[in-house]
Amino acid sequence: MRCLGGSSLSRLLRMLSQSQGRALSSTGPAVYDVVISGGGMVGTAMACALGSDPHLQHKKVLLLEAGNRKPFDHLPENFSNRVSSITPGSATLLASFGAWDHILAMRLKPYKRMQVWDACSDALITFDKDALEDMGYIVENDIIIEALTKQLELMSDHVEVMYRSRALSYSWPPPYNNGKATPWVEIELADGQRLHTKLLIGADGHNSMVRSAAGMQSVQWNYNHAAVVATLHLSEATDNNVAWQRFLPTGPIALLPLSDTCSSLVWSTSPEHASELVSMDEESFVDTVNSAFWSNENHSEFITSAGSLLHSALSFFMPTGSSPRQLPPSVSRVEQNSRASFPLGLKHATEYIRHRVALIGDAAHRVHPLAGQGVNMGFGDVACLAHHLSQAAFNGSDLGSTKHLLEYETERQRHNLPLMAAVDLLKRLYNTKQPPIVLLRTLGLQATNALTPVKEQIMAFASK
Amino acid sequence: MATWFGRFCLSLRPVRALYGLRNSCTAAYRGYNTNRATCSLPYLQRGSCLLQDRSGSCNENENRGNICHNFRMYATSQTVDPLEMRKFQAWVQKWWDEEGMFSVLHAMNDIRVPFIRDSLMSRNYEHDVGCPLSGVNILDVGCGGGLLSEPLGRLGASVTGIDPLEDNIKIAAQHKSFDPVLDKQVQYKSCTVEELVDGHLGYFDAIVASEVLEHVADVESFIQSCFQVLKPGGSLFVTTINKTQLSYALAIVVAEKILGIAPEGTHDWEKFIHPEELERLLESNGFVVESLKGMLYNPLSGSWSWISDTSVNYAMHALKTVAQEQPTDMGGESEQEQQKVAEASV
Repeated sequence: MRCLGGSSLSRLLRMLSQSQGRALSSTGPAVYDVVISGGGMVGTAMACALGSDPHLQHKKVLLLEAGNRKPFDHLPENFSNRVSSITPGSATLLASFGAWDHILAMRLKPYKRMQVWDACSDALITFDKDALEDMGYIVENDIIIEALTKQLELMSDHVEVMYRSRALSYSWPPPYNNGKATPWVEIELADGQRLHTKLLIGADGHNSMVRSAAGMQSVQWNYNHAAVVATLHLSEATDNNVAWQRFLPTGPIALLPLSDTCSSLVWSTSPEHASELVSMDEESFVDTVNSAFWSNENHSEFITSAGSLLHSALSFFMPTGSSPRQLPPSVSRVEQNSRASFPLGLKHATEYIRHRVALIGDAAHRVHPLAGQGVNMGFGDVACLAHHLSQAAFNGSDLGSTKHLLEYETERQRHNLPLMAAVDLLKRLYNTKQPPIVLLRTLGLQATNALTPVKEQIMAFASK
Repeated sequence: MATWFGRFCLSLRPVRALYGLRNSCTAAYRGYNTNRATCSLPYLQRGSCLLQDRSGSCNENENRGNICHNFRMYATSQTVDPLEMRKFQAWVQKWWDEEGMFSVLHAMNDIRVPFIRDSLMSRNYEHDVGCPLSGVNILDVGCGGGLLSEPLGRLGASVTGIDPLEDNIKIAAQHKSFDPVLDKQVQYKSCTVEELVDGHLGYFDAIVASEVLEHVADVESFIQSCFQVLKPGGSLFVTTINKTQLSYALAIVVAEKILGIAPEGTHDWEKFIHPEELERLLESNGFVVESLKGMLYNPLSGSWSWISDTSVNYAMHALKTVAQEQPTDMGGESEQEQQKVAEASV
């Protein structure tokens, strides 16, 4: 409580000093080195990464967030329905500036295994880590935000945060300083305030205003899919350290561990089915979820026998090859009011950067949640951009210069594009009941499952 | 054939930029022949004026434009009229276009800034990595538009940039004025290093003379002036062109005679200097050479890298000796220098 009082006092002081600063600087708008638009998970992580970098410690960084500072005086008893799967790579980034410790102190669930299987056949693939290593962590989004915000408050001497600030318009500088106009990006806020920044980072989500204002093109399509999320209680307590995902013909359904007795549901399906799922009574919802994981109604005899033939052939040549099939836990009830649905789509900005602008996170790329990559790609952007900006600062470069921003773009597009393509392909491959495709994917999945080096490659790439 | 030629020109575009710069920033050092420098300006003004007109500033257009103007250059008169001066102003505006005619110098920052930074940091053990050059007084001789002064200022150094061309100083001062941090760290002045000696004896911790020496009329007197404004133990950083057959082939034959990307007479090969010769001059004037490295520009990637071969471009770091007192006739010597400077600047 005392700590909370302290932080709000320091905020008040900061606000006071800001307004004073504004009054004093009658010469023109304040000039920041970096302004980050959007205080979501990725934007706040960007602010933390810049604020903690020793080469950037004298730079002025500002985070603009349209919403309020979310009150978080104690850990809520119930799990939130919005969760993220955090890869070890993202955990390393969060740990590099101290936010991971706050998450550990609050709540997270590590998982050691992932099982993905087909509803139309017995084909499955499992990803395992050694007993000691974690494959990933399921963390509630609210907890990630709180951990990042807490850490950011420790950097308040050079990273400013403006809550309830909305950018009305951006005006872009000429490609190089012609001595007449201001060479910085100008941001006009809804309260009439004007800011100048050497670099604007757009972290304002998939409908990014920064992206559209800068005229950056993007490729997109809607999947005509919606995701239903819910917090589920399991019938009995288990270790619950496996992330489960089954590809139904209507879309993938995933059960992600939250605790020994709770799991989080992410079910991608048609928008009509989604609204039906959200509105049906709790008991029928639980039954629908259980049958989605257990039912064999989509199996065809031919493909099942072809699959088992390959399976026996593989186990003959590689007797120790694949891990055994495990059965998912059954669900006993759904947490009250935890069901929600939201639309899904794919979007990729053809360029991530312009002179003095860079996009990160969903502003640059939006993916289907089936591989749990969305926020991790965003954190990857943060790590990469922070690295290049740190280098630029140590070389005395202008932080908004296209030169090092281009390096960021190239590096990230090389990682993000193949990943997005793979996720999109998986989504399409499994969104059908057509026997030839089902047969192909059955055989393909089983073969991949038997090839340990291939699996290791996939895991290494997806856990970055 | 045409595309091949176009591409070749494109890759040499930076070379032209380099010559353009050298020409401008050191005109006053050529005490004996300022005429030659000014007569080359109309060409550059025209070329750049043309660039300014095309708002798109496409590289290929840029090059074609320059080739056309090449032929016209020979028809221009030797006097500079006010119209030409206004065009020159337009060309000077190109200093800060990172992809424009000075892109080679912008790219050179990627190696010369770390070189200067690391050399100075290794002499100061209590540096703050966010501001590694804080408290260091640096003189940037021939600063042009401030391309090197600004990065050094951002690293925390107090930079004094000097250039004999008033227009360059105007651009440099205007450019840094938008940045409140740089505005404090960097000061510009239109003068030569010789003119600065009065009032700055033993003032600077480091002097940077990047791409300047090859235009200086009297290198020895230049070095002596640098010696005077440096603190004992201070650093002198030089980047310049070697005097070899290769540098003759690239800088004079290819750039000036064959492709004409620089007007004939921009560079006087006789004034290029061997690293051994420079080292001898430095050591006989109270410096100790600390390091010598070759520099290589790759026109395809548009980037510079360090190499061991110093036969075209090279960088040198020398220190002003500390303990040893200069001979007693030091005063007389500097008087002589002052005279030389006065002669040169007339």
